[in-house]
Amino acid sequence: MMRILNRIRATGTLTEPAPDLHDPEIEALGREIKTQVDARFAGSLAIREVDAGSCNGCELEIHAVNGPHYDIERFGVHFVASPRHADVLLVTGPVSRHMETALRRTWEATPKPGFVIASGDCACNGGEFGVSYASCGAVENVIPVDIRIPGCPPSPVELMKGILALIGTAKTA
Amino acid sequence: MSRFDWLSEFLAELEEEHVVVHSGSARALAPAHLLRIDPEDWGKAAAVARNMDLRWAGIWGDEQDNDIVLSALLVNQGDYVVLRTAVLSDNPEIASHTPLYPGANRPERHLHDMLGVRFTDHPDARRWTRHRAWSEDQHPLHHDFPVAGNPPEHTPADADYPFAPIQGSGVYEIPVGPVHAGIIEPGHFRFQAAGEPILRLEERLGYVHKGIEKIAVGRDAEGLARLAGRISGDSTVAHTWATCQAVERACGMRPPERASIIRGLLCERERVANHLGDIGAICNDVGFAFPQMQCQALREQWQRHSAELTGHRLMMDVVIPGGVMINLDETAITGLRDAHVRLRDQARELFDILDDQPSLEDRLLTAGYLSPDTAKALGASGYVGKASGQAIDLRADGLYAPYSRLQFNTALSENGDVAARMGIRQEEVFSSLNLMDEMLDMLEQQSDRIDIFAELPDAPCGEGLGLIDGWRGEIVSYVRLDEEGRVARFFARDPSWFTWPALERIVLGNIVPDFPVCNKSVNGSYSGHDL
Repeated sequence: MMRILNRIRATGTLTEPAPDLHDPEIEALGREIKTQVDARFAGSLAIREVDAGSCNGCELEIHAVNGPHYDIERFGVHFVASPRHADVLLVTGPVSRHMETALRRTWEATPKPGFVIASGDCACNGGEFGVSYASCGAVENVIPVDIRIPGCPPSPVELMKGILALIGTAKTA
Repeated sequence: MSRFDWLSEFLAELEEEHVVVHSGSARALAPAHLLRIDPEDWGKAAAVARNMDLRWAGIWGDEQDNDIVLSALLVNQGDYVVLRTAVLSDNPEIASHTPLYPGANRPERHLHDMLGVRFTDHPDARRWTRHRAWSEDQHPLHHDFPVAGNPPEHTPADADYPFAPIQGSGVYEIPVGPVHAGIIEPGHFRFQAAGEPILRLEERLGYVHKGIEKIAVGRDAEGLARLAGRISGDSTVAHTWATCQAVERACGMRPPERASIIRGLLCERERVANHLGDIGAICNDVGFAFPQMQCQALREQWQRHSAELTGHRLMMDVVIPGGVMINLDETAITGLRDAHVRLRDQARELFDILDDQPSLEDRLLTAGYLSPDTAKALGASGYVGKASGQAIDLRADGLYAPYSRLQFNTALSENGDVAARMGIRQEEVFSSLNLMDEMLDMLEQQSDRIDIFAELPDAPCGEGLGLIDGWRGEIVSYVRLDEEGRVARFFARDPSWFTWPALERIVLGNIVPDFPVCNKSVNGSYSGHDL
C-alpha cells in the first residue's frame, strides 16, 4: 500500500491547463453555439460516445481525453454509458451500413435537444472509406450533425477544443 | 533446423493420399511455398495438414476470369505454405476446412458472404459478415457488384440473425450491443446464463464492415497503404507494414535496410503503447484505478514522443510502399535511448507493485481460462496464444528484416488465464524495449544519410504476401497488382479472427460481471476483423 501511495505522490498532478482557444476557427465556432449551449446545459455536459464504424483510432484518442494529462471531466464533461443520460452524441467513423439503424436508434434514445459531434475525418466526410455498399459515409448522411472535429484521428487537444467550444465554458479566450 | 525441412514429408503425405500437387513454387509468394492442387483434393489436403499438426492461418478468394482462385494459408515451425486451387465462379463449391480446423469457421463464412463460395460440409451455414446491406444472392467481391452496391434507403438492423437457442430452468439471455456502454467498438454479445455463471456466449460481429477489400481495388500502392493504416487504428503501423511488405514482394523489390529498421522500431513502439494501455485497462476492469492512471500517463508520454518523431501520435501513414516517411538522426536516437531507460524503470516499478497485490491476483488468476489445446485448435497467435502455450511469434522466426538479425525469445506461459495474458504483455514491454535498443544500435552503425525509401518499379505486376507480427499477433496481408500496378485484390487477416472465437470459450463458467476483464485481456479488434 505504501508503495502505491509513494508512487501516487511521486507522480504528482500530470493534468495540464485547458487548451487555449485563440484558434480563430474554434473561436468562431464557440461564439456561434455558446449562447444556446450555456443556456441549455448550464456548463455541464454528458457525452455518449458512439463508434459507428471507425477504425478504433478515434477511440484511442477519446480515451486519452479521459486520462490524467487531459482529464476532461474537470470541465464538467462526463462520458456516460447510455444515450438516455446524454446531452451529446460524439460519433466516430464513417457510418457503416450495418451500424446505420443502431446509430439512428441511439439518436432517438437521446433526450432532445441532443447535440451531435462528428469526430474525425471519417465522421466529417467519410474519410478514407467514403460512401459505398458498406458505408453511408459522413455522420450527417444519417443523423443531423451540429459540430465537426476533423483529424485522423483528432488529437486529445483537438477533441477538447471541439467539445469545450460546444459547451462554451472555456473563459480563457 | 533449416527452413521447410518438413515440406518433403508433407508432400509425401499428400502423395500418399493421392493429392496431386500440380506445381509448386518457392518464389511466387515467398517466403511462403505455393502449392497448386485440384479442388476435389481441398479437404484431403487439409486433413494431411491437420495430421502433421500444421496451423491453419487464413483463406481468401480472388475472382479471375471465370474462376474463383482460392488460397489457404498453413504454417509449420514458422514456415508458410499457401494451398491454392480454383473453382468455377458460376458454381463455386468446395470442401470446408472447418471440421478439421475450427478457426476456419468464420473466415469461410466471410468468404461465402463476400464471394459466394459454398463450403459443402461447413457445420454452420449462417451468414457472418453480411447483415442486411446486401442480399443473400449478392456478393460484394464479384467484379460485377458495383462499389456503391444497391443498399436499401435505410439498412435495417440484422434483427433476425438466428442465435443458437438454449433452454432450461432459470436460464436467461442477455443481449449486449452493438452500441456498448464504454468507449469501445460496436459488436453484439449474446450471453446465456443461469444465475451469475455464463453458460454460453455467442458473438455477432460485422457491424463495422466498411468494404475494405472492395474499395481497395483500383487503388495505387500509396492509396492502399493509407487504407491498410485504417484497418485497425491501434495496429496502424503493423497493418501498413504487412501491406507494404506484400506490395514490395509483388514488385520484387525490398525497402532499404534503414527503412526496415525504422519500421521495426515503430512497430515495437506501437506494441508498447497498446500493452501499456491494456494492462491499465485490465486492472481498471477489476476496480483497481491506480494502474489505469499510471499506465495511461506512461502511454500518453510515449505517444507524445511518437508524435515528435513521426508527426503523428499513432504513427499513421509513416510506413509507405518502398520505405518510411521519416529518418532518425543522432538527436532522435539519443532521445529514444533516454526514453527507453525511463520507461524501463517506470514500468518495472509499476509492474512490481502489480505483482505484489493479492487482491489483484485474486481477481485475475484462474479467471478466463483458455486451454493450450483450444488455443492450438483455433490457431490463436499473439499474447492470447502465448499465454496458452502457443509460441507463435514471427519476430522469432526471423522471416523479415530487421528481426532476421536480432536474437529474440518469445514470452510463453501455459497458465492460460487473464493473469497469464497480462503477464505476457508485461514481459513484452521489456523485450520490446530491448529490441528497440538493439535497433538503435543498428541505426547508429549506419550513416543517417542512407536512403529510407526506394522507388517502386513502374507498373509493377504480380502478387505478394506480407507477414508481420503486430502487437496482437500474426498479421497476414495479400496483394495482387494488375498490369498497371493497381490493386486487383487485397485481403488482410487480423489476428483477431482467431482470438474472437477464443473469447467465447474463455468466458465459459466465469461470472457475467467478469466479462469485461476477460474481454479486455483478449482485446480483439472489431474493425480489423470486420474489414
